[in-house]
Amino acid sequence: MKTSQKKPEKLIDEKDIRYDGRKLNEMRPVKIEVGVLANADGSAYIEQGKNRILAAVYGPREIHPKHQALPDRAALRCRYHMAPFSVQERKSPAPSRREHELSKVIREALEPSIFTEYYPRTAIDLFIEVLQADGGTRCAGITVASLALADAGIPMRDLVCACAAGKVEDRLILDLDDLEDKSEGADVPIAYMPNMDVVTLLQMDGMLTSEEFEQVLNMGVEGCRQISQLQRDALRAKYTAAKEAEAEKEDEAEEAKE
Amino acid sequence: MPIFYEKRQIVTPGDLLAEDEYISGENTYKENEKIFATRVGLFDHDQKRVYVVALKSFYVPMVGDTVIGKVLEVTFGGWVVDIRAPYPAMLRASDALERPVRPQRDDLPSLFDVGDMMIAKIVAYDRTRDPLLTVLERGLGKVTRGQTIEITPTKIPRVIGKKGSMVSMIKNETGCQIAIGQNGRIVIIGKTPDDERSAIMAIRMIEREAHTSGLTDRVTEMLRKEKGEKSTKEVVENVPKET
Repeated sequence: MKTSQKKPEKLIDEKDIRYDGRKLNEMRPVKIEVGVLANADGSAYIEQGKNRILAAVYGPREIHPKHQALPDRAALRCRYHMAPFSVQERKSPAPSRREHELSKVIREALEPSIFTEYYPRTAIDLFIEVLQADGGTRCAGITVASLALADAGIPMRDLVCACAAGKVEDRLILDLDDLEDKSEGADVPIAYMPNMDVVTLLQMDGMLTSEEFEQVLNMGVEGCRQISQLQRDALRAKYTAAKEAEAEKEDEAEEAKE
Repeated sequence: MPIFYEKRQIVTPGDLLAEDEYISGENTYKENEKIFATRVGLFDHDQKRVYVVALKSFYVPMVGDTVIGKVLEVTFGGWVVDIRAPYPAMLRASDALERPVRPQRDDLPSLFDVGDMMIAKIVAYDRTRDPLLTVLERGLGKVTRGQTIEITPTKIPRVIGKKGSMVSMIKNETGCQIAIGQNGRIVIIGKTPDDERSAIMAIRMIEREAHTSGLTDRVTEMLRKEKGEKSTKEVVENVPKET
Protein backbone atom coordinates (compact mmCIF):
# COMPACT_ATOMS: atom_id res chain seq x y z
CA MET A 1 0.00 0.00 0.00
CA LYS A 2 1.22 3.42 -0.87
CA THR A 3 1.83 5.76 2.04
CA SER A 4 1.34 8.94 0.02
CA GLN A 5 -1.72 9.78 2.11
CA LYS A 6 0.02 10.52 5.38
CA LYS A 7 -2.26 12.03 7.93
CA PRO A 8 -1.28 15.62 8.67
CA GLU A 9 -1.06 16.52 12.34
CA LYS A 10 -3.79 19.07 12.11
CA LEU A 11 -6.61 19.06 9.61
CA ILE A 12 -7.39 22.72 10.20
CA ASP A 13 -4.78 25.34 11.17
CA GLU A 14 -5.17 28.40 13.42
CA LYS A 15 -6.19 30.58 10.49
CA ASP A 16 -9.13 28.28 9.70
CA ILE A 17 -7.46 26.90 6.59
CA ARG A 18 -7.92 23.18 6.01
CA TYR A 19 -5.03 20.82 5.30
CA ASP A 20 -5.75 20.90 1.56
CA GLY A 21 -5.87 24.70 1.48
CA ARG A 22 -9.65 25.12 1.53
CA LYS A 23 -11.56 27.55 3.71
CA LEU A 24 -14.10 26.17 6.19
CA ASN A 25 -17.10 26.70 3.90
CA GLU A 26 -15.35 25.98 0.63
CA MET A 27 -16.20 23.01 -1.59
CA ARG A 28 -13.77 20.90 -3.54
CA PRO A 29 -13.47 21.77 -7.23
CA VAL A 30 -16.28 20.11 -9.21
CA LYS A 31 -16.30 19.09 -12.86
CA ILE A 32 -19.45 17.60 -14.39
CA GLU A 33 -20.12 16.16 -17.84
CA VAL A 34 -23.46 14.92 -19.20
CA GLY A 35 -24.11 12.26 -21.83
CA VAL A 36 -20.75 10.49 -21.69
CA LEU A 37 -21.94 6.94 -22.46
CA ALA A 38 -23.32 5.96 -25.86
CA ASN A 39 -25.10 2.74 -24.85
CA ALA A 40 -27.06 4.13 -21.89
CA ASP A 41 -30.30 6.08 -22.31
CA GLY A 42 -28.82 8.75 -20.07
CA SER A 43 -25.45 9.20 -18.38
CA ALA A 44 -23.26 11.65 -16.50
CA TYR A 45 -19.80 11.88 -14.95
CA ILE A 46 -18.59 13.91 -11.98
CA GLU A 47 -15.21 14.78 -10.51
CA GLN A 48 -15.44 16.31 -7.06
CA GLY A 49 -11.96 16.69 -5.61
CA LYS A 50 -10.47 13.24 -6.03
CA ASN A 51 -13.86 11.57 -6.41
CA ARG A 52 -14.61 10.21 -9.85
CA ILE A 53 -18.08 8.79 -10.42
CA LEU A 54 -20.04 7.59 -13.45
CA ALA A 55 -23.82 7.21 -13.55
CA ALA A 56 -25.92 5.47 -16.21
CA VAL A 57 -29.70 5.26 -16.59
CA TYR A 58 -31.75 2.77 -18.61
CA GLY A 59 -35.48 3.03 -19.09
CA PRO A 60 -38.28 3.30 -18.39
CA ARG A 61 -38.32 -0.23 -19.79
CA GLU A 62 -40.02 -3.57 -19.33
CA ILE A 63 -39.38 -4.92 -15.86
CA HIS A 64 -37.68 -8.26 -15.32
CA PRO A 65 -38.31 -10.21 -13.12
CA LYS A 66 -42.00 -9.44 -13.61
CA HIS A 67 -42.95 -9.77 -9.94
CA GLN A 68 -41.02 -6.57 -9.15
CA ALA A 69 -43.45 -4.54 -11.24
CA LEU A 70 -45.53 -2.00 -9.33
CA PRO A 71 -49.11 -1.54 -10.53
CA ASP A 72 -49.24 2.21 -9.91
CA ARG A 73 -45.76 3.49 -10.73
CA ALA A 74 -42.36 2.74 -12.19
CA ALA A 75 -39.89 0.90 -10.00
CA LEU A 76 -36.62 2.76 -9.56
CA ARG A 77 -33.81 0.25 -9.21
CA CYS A 78 -30.53 1.65 -8.09
CA ARG A 79 -27.09 0.10 -7.79
CA TYR A 80 -24.29 1.98 -6.07
CA HIS A 81 -21.04 0.19 -6.65
CA MET A 82 -17.39 0.89 -5.93
CA ALA A 83 -14.78 -0.35 -8.36
CA PRO A 84 -12.13 -2.62 -6.79
CA PHE A 85 -9.49 0.00 -7.61
CA SER A 86 -11.46 2.95 -6.24
CA VAL A 87 -9.82 2.87 -2.81
CA GLN A 88 -6.29 2.36 -1.45
CA GLU A 89 -6.84 -1.21 -0.35
CA ARG A 90 -8.52 -3.40 -3.02
CA LYS A 91 -12.23 -3.56 -2.43
CA SER A 92 -13.95 -6.84 -3.21
CA PRO A 93 -16.20 -6.26 -6.24
CA ALA A 94 -19.08 -8.09 -4.55
CA PRO A 95 -21.69 -5.65 -3.20
CA SER A 96 -20.96 -5.03 0.47
CA ARG A 97 -23.37 -4.24 3.28
CA ARG A 98 -22.44 -0.57 2.93
CA GLU A 99 -23.13 -0.55 -0.83
CA HIS A 100 -26.54 -2.17 -0.33
CA GLU A 101 -27.42 0.50 2.18
CA LEU A 102 -26.20 3.34 -0.01
CA SER A 103 -28.13 1.94 -2.99
CA LYS A 104 -31.25 2.12 -0.86
CA VAL A 105 -30.73 5.63 0.51
CA ILE A 106 -29.78 6.99 -2.92
CA ARG A 107 -32.90 5.43 -4.43
CA GLU A 108 -35.02 7.01 -1.74
CA ALA A 109 -33.29 10.36 -2.21
CA LEU A 110 -34.02 10.39 -5.96
CA GLU A 111 -37.47 8.80 -6.13
CA PRO A 112 -39.39 11.89 -4.92
CA SER A 113 -37.93 13.87 -7.83
CA ILE A 114 -39.20 11.51 -10.55
CA PHE A 115 -42.75 11.29 -11.93
CA THR A 116 -42.72 7.51 -11.51
CA GLU A 117 -46.53 7.44 -11.60
CA TYR A 118 -46.46 8.30 -15.32
CA TYR A 119 -45.05 4.91 -16.28
CA PRO A 120 -46.63 2.15 -14.19
CA ARG A 121 -45.33 -1.44 -14.41
CA THR A 122 -41.95 -0.37 -15.80
CA ALA A 123 -38.43 -0.21 -14.41
CA ILE A 124 -35.96 2.65 -14.36
CA ASP A 125 -32.49 1.21 -13.81
CA LEU A 126 -29.81 3.40 -12.36
CA PHE A 127 -26.16 2.43 -12.02
CA ILE A 128 -23.68 4.48 -10.04
CA GLU A 129 -20.09 3.37 -10.45
CA VAL A 130 -17.46 4.91 -8.18
CA LEU A 131 -14.15 4.84 -10.05
CA GLN A 132 -12.16 6.69 -7.43
CA ALA A 133 -13.38 7.47 -3.92
CA ASP A 134 -12.31 10.25 -1.60
CA GLY A 135 -15.16 10.79 0.83
CA GLY A 136 -18.63 12.10 0.12
CA THR A 137 -19.32 9.62 -2.68
CA ARG A 138 -22.97 9.17 -1.76
CA CYS A 139 -23.55 12.88 -2.24
CA ALA A 140 -21.60 13.11 -5.48
CA GLY A 141 -23.40 9.92 -6.56
CA ILE A 142 -26.82 11.48 -6.01
CA THR A 143 -25.80 14.65 -7.86
CA VAL A 144 -24.54 12.76 -10.88
CA ALA A 145 -27.40 10.22 -10.90
CA SER A 146 -29.97 12.99 -11.02
CA LEU A 147 -28.24 14.42 -14.09
CA ALA A 148 -28.18 11.02 -15.78
CA LEU A 149 -31.96 10.74 -15.18
CA ALA A 150 -32.53 14.16 -16.74
CA ASP A 151 -30.30 13.19 -19.66
CA ALA A 152 -32.41 10.06 -20.22
CA GLY A 153 -35.43 12.33 -20.76
CA ILE A 154 -37.26 11.09 -17.67
CA PRO A 155 -39.74 13.71 -16.42
CA MET A 156 -38.68 15.11 -13.06
CA ARG A 157 -40.02 17.59 -10.53
CA ASP A 158 -36.56 18.97 -9.88
CA LEU A 159 -32.90 18.02 -10.06
CA VAL A 160 -31.57 16.58 -6.81
CA CYS A 161 -28.22 17.85 -5.61
CA ALA A 162 -26.33 16.66 -2.56
CA CYS A 163 -23.53 17.86 -0.35
CA ALA A 164 -22.12 16.95 3.05
CA ALA A 165 -21.24 19.22 5.94
CA GLY A 166 -19.87 18.34 9.33
CA LYS A 167 -17.59 19.02 12.26
CA VAL A 168 -13.85 18.43 12.34
CA GLU A 169 -11.56 19.51 15.18
CA ASP A 170 -14.42 21.48 16.72
CA ARG A 171 -15.04 23.57 13.63
CA LEU A 172 -17.96 23.27 11.21
CA ILE A 173 -16.91 22.61 7.63
CA LEU A 174 -18.47 21.97 4.21
CA ASP A 175 -17.84 19.03 1.86
CA LEU A 176 -15.69 16.66 3.92
CA ASP A 177 -13.10 14.56 2.12
CA ASP A 178 -11.94 11.11 3.14
CA LEU A 179 -9.43 12.21 5.79
CA GLU A 180 -11.80 14.70 7.37
CA ASP A 181 -14.58 12.14 7.28
CA LYS A 182 -12.49 9.58 9.14
CA SER A 183 -11.38 11.97 11.87
CA GLU A 184 -13.45 12.46 15.00
CA GLY A 185 -16.36 14.81 14.70
CA ALA A 186 -19.52 14.57 12.68
CA ASP A 187 -20.64 14.13 9.10
CA VAL A 188 -24.06 15.15 7.76
CA PRO A 189 -24.83 14.25 4.13
CA ILE A 190 -27.79 16.17 2.70
CA ALA A 191 -29.69 15.74 -0.57
CA TYR A 192 -31.88 18.65 -1.55
CA MET A 193 -34.28 19.78 -4.29
CA PRO A 194 -33.56 23.51 -4.54
CA ASN A 195 -36.62 24.71 -6.45
CA MET A 196 -39.04 22.83 -4.23
CA ASP A 197 -37.03 23.46 -1.07
CA VAL A 198 -37.28 19.83 -0.01
CA VAL A 199 -34.64 17.71 1.71
CA THR A 200 -34.71 14.10 0.43
CA LEU A 201 -31.75 12.67 2.32
CA LEU A 202 -30.49 13.57 5.75
CA GLN A 203 -28.08 11.37 7.63
CA MET A 204 -25.71 12.03 10.49
CA ASP A 205 -22.91 10.18 12.15
CA GLY A 206 -20.95 11.55 15.08
CA MET A 207 -22.18 13.98 17.69
CA LEU A 208 -23.49 17.53 17.31
CA THR A 209 -25.36 19.82 19.66
CA SER A 210 -28.71 20.98 18.36
CA GLU A 211 -27.30 24.48 17.63
CA GLU A 212 -24.38 22.97 15.75
CA PHE A 213 -26.73 20.70 13.84
CA GLU A 214 -28.79 23.63 12.68
CA GLN A 215 -25.69 25.47 11.50
CA VAL A 216 -24.37 22.38 9.72
CA LEU A 217 -27.73 21.84 8.02
CA ASN A 218 -27.82 25.42 6.73
CA MET A 219 -24.24 25.16 5.57
CA GLY A 220 -24.97 21.89 3.77
CA VAL A 221 -28.06 23.28 2.04
CA GLU A 222 -26.01 26.27 0.92
CA GLY A 223 -23.45 23.82 -0.51
CA CYS A 224 -26.27 21.97 -2.29
CA ARG A 225 -27.34 25.23 -3.92
CA GLN A 226 -23.83 25.75 -5.27
CA ILE A 227 -23.78 22.18 -6.61
CA SER A 228 -27.20 22.71 -8.17
CA GLN A 229 -25.91 25.66 -10.18
CA LEU A 230 -23.01 23.58 -11.51
CA GLN A 231 -25.43 20.76 -12.29
CA ARG A 232 -27.71 22.96 -14.37
CA ASP A 233 -24.77 24.56 -16.17
CA ALA A 234 -23.44 21.11 -17.10
CA LEU A 235 -26.83 19.97 -18.38
CA ARG A 236 -27.28 23.11 -20.49
CA ALA A 237 -23.68 22.91 -21.70
CA LYS A 238 -24.32 19.58 -23.40
CA TYR A 239 -27.01 21.05 -25.60
CA THR A 240 -25.57 24.53 -26.11
CA ALA A 241 -22.33 22.88 -27.23
CA ALA A 242 -24.28 20.97 -29.87
CA LYS A 243 -26.11 24.15 -30.84
CA GLU A 244 -22.92 26.19 -31.16
CA ALA A 245 -21.16 23.51 -33.20
CA GLU A 246 -24.12 23.68 -35.54
CA ALA A 247 -23.94 27.45 -35.77
CA GLU A 248 -20.21 27.30 -36.48
CA LYS A 249 -20.74 24.77 -39.23
CA GLU A 250 -23.35 27.02 -40.79
CA ASP A 251 -20.97 29.98 -40.64
CA GLU A 252 -18.27 27.95 -42.29
CA ALA A 253 -20.65 26.80 -44.99
CA GLU A 254 -21.65 30.37 -45.66
CA GLU A 255 -18.05 31.50 -45.81
CA ALA A 256 -17.26 28.72 -48.21
CA LYS A 257 -20.13 29.86 -50.41
CA GLU A 258 -18.77 33.38 -50.51
CA MET B 1 -48.63 36.93 -15.09
CA PRO B 2 -44.84 36.81 -15.09
CA ILE B 3 -42.80 34.56 -17.38
CA PHE B 4 -39.22 33.87 -16.40
CA TYR B 5 -37.63 32.66 -19.63
CA GLU B 6 -37.42 33.80 -23.21
CA LYS B 7 -38.66 31.70 -26.09
CA ARG B 8 -36.20 29.01 -27.27
CA GLN B 9 -34.07 29.30 -24.13
CA ILE B 10 -32.81 26.01 -22.70
CA VAL B 11 -34.46 25.01 -19.42
CA THR B 12 -33.68 22.15 -17.03
CA PRO B 13 -36.01 20.09 -14.81
CA GLY B 14 -37.29 22.10 -11.85
CA ASP B 15 -36.76 25.52 -13.43
CA LEU B 16 -39.57 27.93 -12.54
CA LEU B 17 -41.08 28.94 -15.90
CA ALA B 18 -44.11 31.06 -15.11
CA GLU B 19 -46.60 31.98 -12.42
CA ASP B 20 -50.35 32.47 -12.00
CA GLU B 21 -52.86 32.02 -14.76
CA TYR B 22 -50.91 30.13 -17.40
CA ILE B 23 -51.87 26.59 -18.33
CA SER B 24 -49.16 24.01 -17.87
CA GLY B 25 -48.41 22.43 -21.30
CA GLU B 26 -46.10 19.63 -22.42
CA ASN B 27 -43.15 18.73 -20.20
CA THR B 28 -44.21 21.04 -17.39
CA TYR B 29 -46.15 20.72 -14.15
CA LYS B 30 -48.07 23.13 -12.02
CA GLU B 31 -47.94 23.38 -8.25
CA ASN B 32 -49.18 26.23 -6.08
CA GLU B 33 -49.84 28.43 -9.13
CA LYS B 34 -46.26 27.99 -10.29
CA ILE B 35 -45.19 26.16 -13.45
CA PHE B 36 -41.95 24.18 -13.52
CA ALA B 37 -40.15 22.29 -16.29
CA THR B 38 -39.93 18.49 -16.08
CA ARG B 39 -37.45 17.88 -18.90
CA VAL B 40 -34.42 19.47 -20.53
CA GLY B 41 -35.72 21.39 -23.50
CA LEU B 42 -36.46 24.65 -25.23
CA PHE B 43 -38.92 26.93 -23.48
CA ASP B 44 -41.91 28.24 -25.42
CA HIS B 45 -45.29 29.77 -24.71
CA ASP B 46 -48.37 31.27 -26.33
CA GLN B 47 -51.15 33.47 -24.92
CA LYS B 48 -52.35 30.92 -22.40
CA ARG B 49 -50.08 27.92 -22.40
CA VAL B 50 -46.50 27.44 -21.25
CA TYR B 51 -44.61 24.44 -22.60
CA VAL B 52 -41.18 22.92 -23.15
CA VAL B 53 -40.06 21.23 -26.36
CA ALA B 54 -38.01 18.32 -25.02
CA LEU B 55 -34.55 17.82 -26.48
CA LYS B 56 -34.45 14.15 -25.58
CA SER B 57 -37.28 11.84 -24.74
CA PHE B 58 -38.61 8.34 -25.30
CA TYR B 59 -41.77 7.12 -27.01
CA VAL B 60 -44.96 6.84 -24.98
CA PRO B 61 -47.75 4.95 -26.81
CA MET B 62 -50.87 6.85 -27.87
CA VAL B 63 -54.04 5.35 -29.34
CA GLY B 64 -54.17 6.17 -33.05
CA ASP B 65 -50.43 6.54 -33.57
CA THR B 66 -48.80 4.83 -36.51
CA VAL B 67 -45.66 3.07 -35.30
CA ILE B 68 -42.95 0.92 -36.83
CA GLY B 69 -42.37 -2.23 -34.82
CA LYS B 70 -40.05 -5.18 -34.79
CA VAL B 71 -41.32 -8.66 -33.95
CA LEU B 72 -39.77 -9.97 -30.74
CA GLU B 73 -41.66 -13.22 -30.33
CA VAL B 74 -44.28 -15.36 -32.05
CA THR B 75 -46.84 -16.72 -29.55
CA PHE B 76 -49.92 -18.92 -29.96
CA GLY B 77 -52.39 -16.15 -30.52
CA GLY B 78 -50.19 -13.46 -32.04
CA TRP B 79 -46.94 -11.55 -31.92
CA VAL B 80 -45.05 -9.54 -29.32
CA VAL B 81 -43.71 -6.41 -30.99
CA ASP B 82 -41.05 -3.93 -29.89
CA ILE B 83 -42.23 -0.37 -30.57
CA ARG B 84 -39.44 1.40 -28.63
CA ALA B 85 -41.84 2.15 -25.78
CA PRO B 86 -41.58 1.19 -22.10
CA TYR B 87 -44.20 -1.49 -22.84
CA PRO B 88 -44.15 -4.38 -25.36
CA ALA B 89 -46.98 -4.23 -27.91
CA MET B 90 -49.25 -7.12 -28.97
CA LEU B 91 -50.57 -7.90 -32.43
CA ARG B 92 -53.32 -10.51 -32.44
CA ALA B 93 -53.19 -13.25 -35.05
CA SER B 94 -56.90 -12.86 -35.73
CA ASP B 95 -56.21 -9.24 -36.67
CA ALA B 96 -53.53 -10.07 -39.23
CA LEU B 97 -55.53 -13.01 -40.64
CA GLU B 98 -58.88 -11.15 -40.69
CA ARG B 99 -60.60 -14.27 -39.32
CA PRO B 100 -60.41 -16.39 -36.15
CA VAL B 101 -57.16 -18.29 -35.68
CA ARG B 102 -56.98 -22.04 -36.26
CA PRO B 103 -53.88 -22.92 -34.26
CA GLN B 104 -53.46 -26.27 -36.03
CA ARG B 105 -53.55 -24.88 -39.54
CA ASP B 106 -52.29 -21.31 -39.42
CA ASP B 107 -48.57 -20.80 -39.75
CA LEU B 108 -47.98 -17.54 -37.91
CA PRO B 109 -44.22 -17.22 -38.60
CA SER B 110 -45.00 -17.17 -42.33
CA LEU B 111 -46.91 -13.91 -41.81
CA PHE B 112 -44.50 -12.26 -39.37
CA ASP B 113 -41.34 -13.92 -38.10
CA VAL B 114 -39.01 -12.82 -35.31
CA GLY B 115 -37.05 -9.77 -36.48
CA ASP B 116 -39.57 -8.72 -39.16
CA MET B 117 -40.44 -5.03 -39.29
CA MET B 118 -44.03 -3.86 -39.56
CA ILE B 119 -45.98 -0.66 -39.92
CA ALA B 120 -48.88 -0.83 -37.49
CA LYS B 121 -51.37 1.34 -35.68
CA ILE B 122 -52.10 1.40 -31.95
CA VAL B 123 -55.77 0.59 -31.33
CA ALA B 124 -55.82 0.29 -27.55
CA TYR B 125 -53.58 1.36 -24.73
CA ASP B 126 -53.99 2.63 -21.19
CA ARG B 127 -52.13 2.58 -17.89
CA THR B 128 -53.23 -0.95 -17.08
CA ARG B 129 -52.93 -2.61 -20.49
CA ASP B 130 -50.05 -3.01 -22.90
CA PRO B 131 -50.52 -1.44 -26.34
CA LEU B 132 -52.53 -3.45 -28.90
CA LEU B 133 -51.72 -3.11 -32.60
CA THR B 134 -53.57 -3.55 -35.88
CA VAL B 135 -52.29 -3.93 -39.45
CA LEU B 136 -55.72 -3.80 -41.10
CA GLU B 137 -55.55 -0.38 -42.70
CA ARG B 138 -54.19 1.04 -45.89
CA GLY B 139 -50.45 1.53 -45.72
CA LEU B 140 -50.00 -0.83 -42.77
CA GLY B 141 -48.40 -4.27 -42.77
CA LYS B 142 -45.08 -5.97 -43.17
CA VAL B 143 -42.03 -4.07 -44.37
CA THR B 144 -40.41 -6.24 -47.03
CA ARG B 145 -37.60 -4.03 -48.29
CA GLY B 146 -35.85 -0.73 -47.67
CA GLN B 147 -34.00 0.52 -44.63
CA THR B 148 -35.09 1.51 -41.12
CA ILE B 149 -33.48 4.29 -39.15
CA GLU B 150 -34.13 5.52 -35.61
CA ILE B 151 -34.27 9.07 -34.28
CA THR B 152 -35.48 10.67 -31.04
CA PRO B 153 -39.32 10.60 -31.08
CA THR B 154 -39.49 14.30 -30.14
CA LYS B 155 -37.98 15.19 -33.50
CA ILE B 156 -40.56 13.30 -35.57
CA PRO B 157 -42.81 16.39 -36.01
CA ARG B 158 -39.84 18.22 -37.52
CA VAL B 159 -39.23 15.39 -39.99
CA ILE B 160 -42.88 15.54 -41.04
CA GLY B 161 -42.90 19.33 -41.25
CA LYS B 162 -45.90 21.64 -41.49
CA LYS B 163 -48.70 19.63 -43.13
CA GLY B 164 -46.11 17.09 -44.21
CA SER B 165 -44.06 19.61 -46.19
CA MET B 166 -40.70 18.19 -45.13
CA VAL B 167 -41.37 14.50 -45.93
CA SER B 168 -43.09 15.24 -49.21
CA MET B 169 -40.10 17.36 -50.21
CA ILE B 170 -37.67 14.55 -49.36
CA LYS B 171 -39.91 12.08 -51.23
CA ASN B 172 -39.91 14.29 -54.31
CA GLU B 173 -36.21 15.04 -54.26
CA THR B 174 -35.02 11.48 -53.69
CA GLY B 175 -37.85 9.46 -55.22
CA CYS B 176 -38.05 7.30 -52.09
CA GLN B 177 -41.12 6.03 -50.31
CA ILE B 178 -40.94 7.08 -46.66
CA ALA B 179 -43.06 5.75 -43.79
CA ILE B 180 -42.73 7.56 -40.47
CA GLY B 181 -43.61 5.95 -37.16
CA GLN B 182 -44.49 8.21 -34.24
CA ASN B 183 -42.13 6.06 -32.18
CA GLY B 184 -39.07 7.47 -33.91
CA ARG B 185 -38.53 4.75 -36.51
CA ILE B 186 -38.54 5.64 -40.18
CA VAL B 187 -38.70 3.21 -43.12
CA ILE B 188 -37.14 4.35 -46.38
CA ILE B 189 -37.72 2.44 -49.60
CA GLY B 190 -35.84 3.76 -52.61
CA LYS B 191 -35.29 2.66 -56.20
CA THR B 192 -31.54 2.59 -55.69
CA PRO B 193 -29.35 2.40 -52.55
CA ASP B 194 -28.05 5.87 -53.45
CA ASP B 195 -31.54 7.36 -53.23
CA GLU B 196 -32.01 5.74 -49.83
CA ARG B 197 -28.65 7.08 -48.72
CA SER B 198 -29.50 10.67 -49.59
CA ALA B 199 -32.90 10.37 -47.88
CA ILE B 200 -31.15 9.11 -44.74
CA MET B 201 -28.66 11.97 -44.96
CA ALA B 202 -31.53 14.43 -45.12
CA ILE B 203 -33.23 12.91 -42.06
CA ARG B 204 -29.99 12.85 -40.07
CA MET B 205 -29.53 16.52 -40.97
CA ILE B 206 -33.03 17.31 -39.69
CA GLU B 207 -32.28 15.41 -36.49
CA ARG B 208 -29.10 17.39 -35.89
CA GLU B 209 -30.55 20.78 -36.71
CA ALA B 210 -34.11 20.30 -35.49
CA HIS B 211 -33.99 23.44 -33.36
CA THR B 212 -32.95 25.80 -36.19
CA SER B 213 -35.29 27.64 -38.57
CA GLY B 214 -35.42 27.63 -42.36
CA LEU B 215 -34.58 23.96 -42.29
CA THR B 216 -36.70 22.77 -45.22
CA ASP B 217 -34.85 25.10 -47.61
CA ARG B 218 -31.45 24.01 -46.39
CA VAL B 219 -32.35 20.33 -46.67
CA THR B 220 -33.63 20.89 -50.22
CA GLU B 221 -30.41 22.65 -51.10
CA MET B 222 -28.32 19.86 -49.60
CA LEU B 223 -30.25 17.19 -51.52
CA ARG B 224 -30.00 19.07 -54.82
CA LYS B 225 -26.28 19.60 -54.32
CA GLU B 226 -25.91 15.91 -53.52
CA LYS B 227 -27.80 15.01 -56.70
CA GLY B 228 -25.78 17.48 -58.74
CA GLU B 229 -22.50 16.08 -57.50
CA LYS B 230 -23.57 12.59 -58.33
CA SER B 231 -24.64 13.42 -61.84
CA THR B 232 -21.42 15.34 -62.53
CA LYS B 233 -19.45 12.41 -61.15
CA GLU B 234 -21.26 10.07 -63.49
CA VAL B 235 -20.49 12.40 -66.39
CA VAL B 236 -16.82 12.49 -65.44
CA GLU B 237 -16.75 8.73 -65.14
CA ASN B 238 -18.47 8.33 -68.45
CA VAL B 239 -16.19 10.65 -70.37
CA PRO B 240 -13.08 8.43 -70.40
CA LYS B 241 -15.17 5.47 -71.48
CA GLU B 242 -16.44 7.29 -74.49
CA THR B 243 -13.03 8.49 -75.63
